[in-house]
Amino acid sequence: MSAPTGITRVTLLKDLRLEWRSKDAINSMLFFSLLVVVVFSFSFDPSAEESRQIAGGLIWVAFLFAAVVALNQTWAREIRNQVLDAYRVSPAPANSLFAAKVLGNFIFVTVLEALMTPLFIVFYRLRALGPAWQLLLVAVLGTWALVVNGTFFAAMSLRTRSREIMLPLLLFPISIPAILAMVQSTTAILNGEGARFWIVLLVTYDLVFTTVCLLLFETVLNAE
Amino acid sequence: MIQSLNDSNDSMKRAFPILGVLTAILLSYGLYMALVGAPTERTMGDVQRIFYYHVPSAWTAFILFFVNFGASVFYLIKRRPAADIVALVSAEVGVVFCTIVLVTGPIWARPVWGIWWTWDMRLTSTLVLWLIYVSYLFLRRFSSSGQTPTLAAALAVLGALCVPFVYFSIWFFRTQHPQPVMGGGGSIDPRMLHVLLINWLAFSCFAFLVCWSRYRLEKLQRDVDQAHALESLLDPRRGVR
Repeated sequence: MSAPTGITRVTLLKDLRLEWRSKDAINSMLFFSLLVVVVFSFSFDPSAEESRQIAGGLIWVAFLFAAVVALNQTWAREIRNQVLDAYRVSPAPANSLFAAKVLGNFIFVTVLEALMTPLFIVFYRLRALGPAWQLLLVAVLGTWALVVNGTFFAAMSLRTRSREIMLPLLLFPISIPAILAMVQSTTAILNGEGARFWIVLLVTYDLVFTTVCLLLFETVLNAE
Repeated sequence: MIQSLNDSNDSMKRAFPILGVLTAILLSYGLYMALVGAPTERTMGDVQRIFYYHVPSAWTAFILFFVNFGASVFYLIKRRPAADIVALVSAEVGVVFCTIVLVTGPIWARPVWGIWWTWDMRLTSTLVLWLIYVSYLFLRRFSSSGQTPTLAAALAVLGALCVPFVYFSIWFFRTQHPQPVMGGGGSIDPRMLHVLLINWLAFSCFAFLVCWSRYRLEKLQRDVDQAHALESLLDPRRGVR
């Protein structure tokens, strides 16, 4: 039991250290979502009441696009110098690697959200009418849904032609229920309405897709 | 082994035209019944007759997507190339039928509801289903040939699991906001149901026929590719030519 979690920890720490030194993913994600915020703000020019209606959608679209930037880089590092091939022939369980990558991406996207949310609040003059702690729950569940599927599909599109464009093509259709749930629950909480159905849906989605991705990852990693 | 394969091939070749003729008869009978035989709907008039194409296409598409899911699971467990071909073929033909649904839907909606498109539950979930299976076909097209079956099967499983989530989320999304009332609902004239079922049978036969010929084509293509690969292995000069 300790061995798989040990591998996960080592891989995760390696990724975090690499990211800490280069800051490639986080910088490009931050700047990208900043651009999305500014462009959207120019194109809609909303009042405080309108922005409460559309903010849920804007925030999540910005995070979704920014997350794709990070997800695309997830496996690129392992392709260089055939690290991934070495991993495939090693006896280390594939799911440990997958868990490490998912956790790493989760941390990156969470940091991005923590830095960008204040900016959103300022730019769009947001104030939640419902319980704000639920937004935190939605953020964690929604980010997890994006990151689990995203990491899985990034591994899938790894050896396809034009892989950078392949990831969103695979990720977005399957994520539609999750995206709908994130946007609707955020909007509901901002407007002081109930969001229980959407949160339950997100929890179920997360459970089902995490399980299936863990079950199928080894197959996808070893596909030849 | 090869002899038995040839035998089954021969009987397949004989069955194919028979099924083709049967399908043609069914389709023409279905067309006649839809345009002439079925009673005219009271409020919508003749426009409603598109119903006999719209609904059977939808049912056929859903069945094909279900076949795709079954074949993909079977491929992941047993690794039979035939299961992979079935998955590919059913997804392709399923997307075609789903496209027919998405095209005939607005054509029907425009005169009846006055709008081409509404983000209503059934329309939206069919569109999402279409998106999922188009992305499946994209993956098949873009991945390198050796790993396509495995990757595609994994995506098909995830896509099929996504379907209940799509239905639930869009159902809740749409029941929250009032929408134009859908046609249908309530009871249907038994004569209309009869025509609907005949058309469905005809469409299913047609879909099966197309899938079958596509299956044979794909199988042949793979055999040819394999033979080419083998040939260039055995004769190195041809390989580097």
